[in-house]
Amino acid sequence: MQIDLRTVSIKPQRNTFDHLARRFGDKPASRYQEGSYDIQATENLHYRPTWDPDQQIYDASITKIVMKDWYALKDPRQYYYNTYTVARARQQETAEANFSFVESRGLADMLPAEMKEIALRVLVPLRHAAWGANMNNSFICGYGYAAIFTQACMFHAMDNLGIAQYLSRLGLLLGDTEGLNEGKQAWLESDVWQPLRRYVEDCLVVRDPFELFVAQNVALDGLLYPLVYGRVVDGFLSANGASSIAMLTQFMNDWFGETQKWIDAVLKTVAAESEDNRALLREWAGKWGARAAAALLPIVQQALEGNADEAVGEEMAAFKARLAKLGIEI
Amino acid sequence: MDMTVAKKKLGLKEKYKLLTRDLGWEPTYHNKDEVFPYVKYEGIKVHDWEKWEDPFRLTMDAYWKYQAEKERKFYAIIDAHAQNNGHLNITDARYLSALKIFLQAISPGEYCAGKGFARMGREFPGVGTQVACQMQAIDEIRHAQTQIHALSNYNKFYNGFHAFADARDRMWYCTLPRSFFDDAMSAGPFEFMIAIGFSFEYVLTNLLFVPFMSGAAYNGDMATVTFGFSAQSDEARHMTLGLECIKFMLEQDPDNLPIVQNWIDKWFWRGFRLLGVVGTMMDYMLPKRVMSWREAFEIYGIENGGALFKDLARYGIRPPKGWDDAGKALDHMTHQFMLALYQYQFGTAFHSWIPSEEDMAWLSKKYPTTFDKYYRPRWEHIKKLKEAGTPYANMGLAKLCQTCQIPTVFTEPDDPTTLCHREVEYKGETYHFCSDGCQHIFEKEPEKYIQGWLPLAAIFQAPLNGDLGAWMEWVSLADGKDNGDFAGSEDQRNFEAWRNQATSNQ
Ligand SMILES: [Fe+2]
Ligand SMILES: [Fe+2]
Repeated sequence: MQIDLRTVSIKPQRNTFDHLARRFGDKPASRYQEGSYDIQATENLHYRPTWDPDQQIYDASITKIVMKDWYALKDPRQYYYNTYTVARARQQETAEANFSFVESRGLADMLPAEMKEIALRVLVPLRHAAWGANMNNSFICGYGYAAIFTQACMFHAMDNLGIAQYLSRLGLLLGDTEGLNEGKQAWLESDVWQPLRRYVEDCLVVRDPFELFVAQNVALDGLLYPLVYGRVVDGFLSANGASSIAMLTQFMNDWFGETQKWIDAVLKTVAAESEDNRALLREWAGKWGARAAAALLPIVQQALEGNADEAVGEEMAAFKARLAKLGIEI
Repeated sequence: MDMTVAKKKLGLKEKYKLLTRDLGWEPTYHNKDEVFPYVKYEGIKVHDWEKWEDPFRLTMDAYWKYQAEKERKFYAIIDAHAQNNGHLNITDARYLSALKIFLQAISPGEYCAGKGFARMGREFPGVGTQVACQMQAIDEIRHAQTQIHALSNYNKFYNGFHAFADARDRMWYCTLPRSFFDDAMSAGPFEFMIAIGFSFEYVLTNLLFVPFMSGAAYNGDMATVTFGFSAQSDEARHMTLGLECIKFMLEQDPDNLPIVQNWIDKWFWRGFRLLGVVGTMMDYMLPKRVMSWREAFEIYGIENGGALFKDLARYGIRPPKGWDDAGKALDHMTHQFMLALYQYQFGTAFHSWIPSEEDMAWLSKKYPTTFDKYYRPRWEHIKKLKEAGTPYANMGLAKLCQTCQIPTVFTEPDDPTTLCHREVEYKGETYHFCSDGCQHIFEKEPEKYIQGWLPLAAIFQAPLNGDLGAWMEWVSLADGKDNGDFAGSEDQRNFEAWRNQATSNQ
């Protein structure tokens, strides 16, 4: 039933929902606010989990980090489902165009053989690391506290999966199924990859969601992306006649730049909350950061050889400087 | 040599496998039980996660692309709806009660399901299963948000929507859906999948969404129709996931059968009670009705559910234990529910009303064996009291069912004149139940259900101590605006005035 309505202006009875008015005052709320604040149940939880009766179903005390209000961890990108998917849909269009550009012109076959080999060796096993990242972010979403923080972790998890899939396509394009098989073999057995695999598996048994956030999103990815996609792909491979690889990893570079804004905002807020939080962040970022740098060294050595030490050292310094700006000295 | 020629042609299935489950590996630095600590304690045996059949094959790039297209359309429509005062298109303001209940009771469940599926996306040791669960996790975040956004404009003009987040945690009737979802969240991963993935998404979702969305369409609510349609293809994926899950469990080991059957019995009954709210909305709250709850249940419950359980019979699954009792309750449940809601209307953040003559004629046509005999007389009585200026209200403390948390207002399956009431003694305390189904659920896991938060009891404890005004403040219920009879309500007055303004010719 559609009736003909004249355009009339009616005065609204209220501007927004009560829980948003309490937070932001009585004014219209954004869709980000409506979709993110206070939508997780907080009170009068009915039952203790049978999988761990020491926890509540939603339990802020699973992590050692203490926040007066976990909803303080807002996302400067203001991603809720809509803005997130629309942004990624655009990026995947670019990625698709890049892949078909490389494919249709046969650029993969024009790569210098040695460079192609290095690209396969450095990049393909990372699809497994990205899958580990996916599981870790799915964990943080599942057990972290407050929708505003955990929804962004779920988006991040899906991004990790997308990256694992782009890396798999890159492997197929450059090395066919053998390329993927060899990469997996290396991930499982080669000495080069064991420190990183161990790192990822160690993360899989960390059940403090915020420590895991630091280990995976801050420390590991904070060093891996600049080293691999910056130094190896955009630097080394491009300088040696394999710049088309960089087209296939543009998504990862853009993604790292974008998501870092969110991660930094989260860290900054948590560190500013209390000295105890700051101390924990320093401990975790220091411990996991040092391990991540050591694990990444043999991987980038495959490309950078003698320059790898210096590259890792410089990126570690940049990582420390980034954290220092957020109030976390390591 | 031309590498592109030498390349193997990969089939879709094979390619999807490389892009998903081939990403995983067997951990060696920690044993699997440490990495996946929760998959064994429920007793479900899985011998080979590789046997999992992907219920759908969607890579992330395709996911982003399709979902973004749907999102753009959805927000374009609800923007226009808000801009053009689309709310004035609804049949009349009584319809809003259905939306208020939806936002308070169902949307928070969507968010909760998302959180649960994120956990499953991590806890299952099979990449295929994990990926499917993760996609559902992010979809459910979508559903919660699109629903809040679609209903946000109604909140600006009508009462009863403004405190949905407070109601979710504190309002007495919201503990029905809350305890349902909390129950699933506190269960192990396999039970969660039976509870939400199978029972809710596969067996019951049609009963929730089809009536709700067609009700919205019949009553001119484009915003709700739009979120319903937009969620449809997500739901299709969720249903195939739920079905694959149950088949996978049953195919992995014959010992899984009794465990799964027990969960099906439990979650069917919990779901049936939960959907009583939807049925009540269909029978009593839609100014323009689509079909009765009985008719919907016959089509989507009995016919579809019957076919499903026939299909599952080859695994040894039988229809849920409460199936027959549900059938017997069909002609009574919504009437009993609505009468209860009406008598507690001082404490609901939506309006209820005495059905009109026309409504009652429809109800007796749809419920020929029960309405005139049992329920019309009660409505007539309530109407008389109201006309005499002494409206009927039950301010007393009803006994709540310890399992489903509904006041014990339902009757015996075989005797509609006797209230059904069951009691169980456990560790020196007496617990009350609305039905055999709810009693059985309790008896299987008493340690779980004794923890249930009973909202009516809370009113009479500190700090509220039975102070109704304090309670209303605590649940953010605006007395005289959000609650009470529709007749004479602010929503009724405002809607009429605005609609007149928009349809008059001056
Ligand atoms: Fe949903
Ligand atoms: Fe019950």
